[in-house]
Amino acid sequence: MTGDIVQMGAYIGAGLACMGMGGAAVGVGNVAGNFLSGALRNPSAAAGQTATLFIGIAFAEALGIFSFLVALLLMFAV
Amino acid sequence: MADEAHSGEGLTFHPMDQFIVRPLFGDGEVGVFTITNATLWMAISVLAIALLFVMGTRGRAIIPSRVQSIAELAYGFIHKMVEDVAGKDALKFFPYIFTVFLFILASNFLGLLPKAFTPTSHIAVTAILAMAVFLTVTIVGFAKHGLHFLGLFWVSSAPLALRPVLALIEVISYFVRPVSHSIRLAGNMMAGHAVIKVFAAFAPLVLISGIGIAVTPLSIVAITAMYGLEILVAFIQAYVFTILTCVYLKDALHPGH
Repeated sequence: MTGDIVQMGAYIGAGLACMGMGGAAVGVGNVAGNFLSGALRNPSAAAGQTATLFIGIAFAEALGIFSFLVALLLMFAV
Repeated sequence: MADEAHSGEGLTFHPMDQFIVRPLFGDGEVGVFTITNATLWMAISVLAIALLFVMGTRGRAIIPSRVQSIAELAYGFIHKMVEDVAGKDALKFFPYIFTVFLFILASNFLGLLPKAFTPTSHIAVTAILAMAVFLTVTIVGFAKHGLHFLGLFWVSSAPLALRPVLALIEVISYFVRPVSHSIRLAGNMMAGHAVIKVFAAFAPLVLISGIGIAVTPLSIVAITAMYGLEILVAFIQAYVFTILTCVYLKDALHPGH
């Protein structure tokens, strides 16, 4: 056993931060699923809304990226 | 971390090895002006884009050749996106947005070649691209609207008591934009390539132990599937980066709340 307790805490924290990915997954799935259910009700309007779909996905994904950022900071900056 | 993996037995390698920036000539230190593999692949991306458009616009035929159709398709796609998302007066910025899109798209796609290096998998590269967008948008906003641009942070449709709180949130989310903008692209590229490499590490297991008979075909199928997904992701991330640039530009040109 080598290393110190701070490093151990940082590694555990980095692993815990990966749970944020699950939140981003729920968000992105929610956006895409709601788009699909709307698109199947009115397929003629769907083509014009793909840009909105991707913007929504990108914003939902941004919060998952912050958890990745926290993991990176714990691994390399703390 | 990478060195520990090398000391192991057999065919082990570290999945993050592919992202190491190395000098192209010799083994010296990587300085500011060192020509590295990142430089090489960025240059190849730029050359590929130039080649596509020089070849595509040389004929200017009424019935386009294959190269010309690809060039026209890319041009029309981004032109329509800028017009739809950011409005007609954003078309002044179309050359810049189109350049950013093509550079990211070419880097992402060329990075999928075996033994290639993906410049967009490095936060240093994407951070520069995102900071350029952020600074452009902020300068354009202040140049066009002066101090009225700050109205972007003052949500006038909300109750008066809530507005300072919302303004604080809006300011934070504005300054976090370049962070999420750059890490999204770099993170997606890095994660996808690393996953392929992790599966690639399982592939030669059949040469080492008996369990490989079951694992090797599975991992080869997984690599193939991931590769297909990565081609999709390479395009979608270039598209997302560009569309967010358009959204930010729209905020700068029409800061209404």
